Amino acid sequence: MGHTITEKILLKHTNLKEIHPGEFINARVDICLGNDITAPFAFEEFDKLGVKKVFDKNRVVLVPDHFAPAKDMKSANQCKKLAEFAKKYSIKNYFEIGKMGVEHALLPEVGLVLPGDLVVGADSHTCTYGALGAFSSGVGSTDLAAAMATGECWLKVPESIKFIFTGKMNKWIGGKDLILHTIGNIGVDGALYKAMEFCGPTIEGLPIDDRLTMCNMAIEAGGKSGIIAPDKTTAKYVKSIKDRRRASLGKYYSSDEDAKYSEVIEYDARKIEPVVACPNLPSNVKPASELKDVSVDQVVIGSCTNGRISDMRIAAKLLRGKKVKSSTRLIVIPATQKVYLECVNEGLAKIFIEAGGVFSTPTCGPCLGGHMGILAEGEKAISTTNRNFVGRMGHPASGVYLSNPAVAAASAIKGRIAHPEEVL
Amino acid sequence: MKYSGKTHKFGNDINTDEIIPARYLNTTDKAELAKYCMEDVDKTFAAKVRPGEIIVAGKNFGCGSSREHAPIAIKASGVSCVIAESFARIFFRNSINIGLPIIESKEASEKIKNGDSVSVDTAQGVIKNLKTKECYKIEKYPPFMQKIVSAGGLINSIKKGSKK
Ligand code: SF4
Repeated sequence: MGHTITEKILLKHTNLKEIHPGEFINARVDICLGNDITAPFAFEEFDKLGVKKVFDKNRVVLVPDHFAPAKDMKSANQCKKLAEFAKKYSIKNYFEIGKMGVEHALLPEVGLVLPGDLVVGADSHTCTYGALGAFSSGVGSTDLAAAMATGECWLKVPESIKFIFTGKMNKWIGGKDLILHTIGNIGVDGALYKAMEFCGPTIEGLPIDDRLTMCNMAIEAGGKSGIIAPDKTTAKYVKSIKDRRRASLGKYYSSDEDAKYSEVIEYDARKIEPVVACPNLPSNVKPASELKDVSVDQVVIGSCTNGRISDMRIAAKLLRGKKVKSSTRLIVIPATQKVYLECVNEGLAKIFIEAGGVFSTPTCGPCLGGHMGILAEGEKAISTTNRNFVGRMGHPASGVYLSNPAVAAASAIKGRIAHPEEVL
Repeated sequence: MKYSGKTHKFGNDINTDEIIPARYLNTTDKAELAKYCMEDVDKTFAAKVRPGEIIVAGKNFGCGSSREHAPIAIKASGVSCVIAESFARIFFRNSINIGLPIIESKEASEKIKNGDSVSVDTAQGVIKNLKTKECYKIEKYPPFMQKIVSAGGLINSIKKGSKK
């Protein structure tokens, strides 16, 4: 019987002859990752293990991004712990502010994740890297401590669900709409414990940025990982990274034709229109065109989901020469320093600022209700982020609508949820 | 292991932002985290929960972020174990890793009411509802996980393993 790409990658990271879904394995990790929220706990657990060094100083990645640049004294202490640990253990891939970005946008961009890798990160959206054909999954702080010390992580080999997308995508939709449509269809626990494998002609034609957006939100359906088999697009992307920190170009795996899936689900991309996930679950998905009477107090464009340069370009295209509605605040946060600089060089920053928006240094900020745009009681925001749980962006009685950057930008201009066609 | 106590019941898809809101994540102080446990679902929870009491919830408990602060806040608040129809996977592994007992049971999750007193016996594989006298069967952890749980969590289990 054949195997899925996920099973193949996992197998290669063990000494076993074969593995099957449901089995527990100790797998070798290529990269392990922590941030200013999860790593401090991991350091405490790491100390308890009494080891003198990390398993490989080139393969531990520390990114202060959630509450960084430090939003208050407590957060400053957390960030300081990362800097100190990095110094003490000579961690090569510690990204101080000025170099950092939102971790899941940053790692692929600097070439720290390659096809065929096994990546664990103490952050739930670690599943993002499946877009490059890697197995990557979110774990906890104790897992990170164990991985930093031993270079291994315990995992249950997941069953996979295959999602086949066919048909040409409509003009204003992107990876965000494909994944929101999927989550809306299967629910927030529709892929619980499972690997979500995205494939089909639509996916084959999808740029890497959109693939990253899709795999990023696998966790929002309860998935252990999201994955897209690496292809020419992936190879081109990996080769184009100048700042590559790892020597190889990765290993390319794909699923066998007779691989076993717990479910196979097909979607016709032609039928998918720009969608919005309404409060308070990412599965509460409706067409943007049906939500025109929802006014918004704030619009956020950024995050590990949609804070890459292609997202910025789409938003700028809509905002060029336009003004943000006076009743609405627009906050644009490029996900990394590189994206930030590209926005400046391409004149996008100017467009956002002239439209009346805020243009910020990279940070997770409002995505998790950290800082840089917290919602007051009763306020509503539309955001290109990935979660809209109760209180996610601020007050428990505020509400977050999730969308692609085109819908978000159009909504900023209209002061209410809008279809991009209404402005362009 | 055996646990018994009064239950606090919650619904489906209780996420980690509700268990411990992000605004409190700038600390690793466990007692401090416990003060805000479940704040965005039930503001009164942290003040009213007593040591040994049990959380019962619906499906997909602990969904959302990977923050270990969530099971830590629950454990530090004195809760002895969590019973749910199902758990989100990162919450599940975090709980195993830090030694917070979690038990999957659809039947128990459906039938136990808020405030019922229950006893849990993981060796016998049974939950007893002391109020209604009903019994619900539970599955044992797979041996791989049982090893981590009996060692008292992942760190102890690794320490034990490396001594061998
Ligand atoms: S941008 Fe949001 S979802 Fe992404 S890592 Fe930061 S807090 Fe998490």
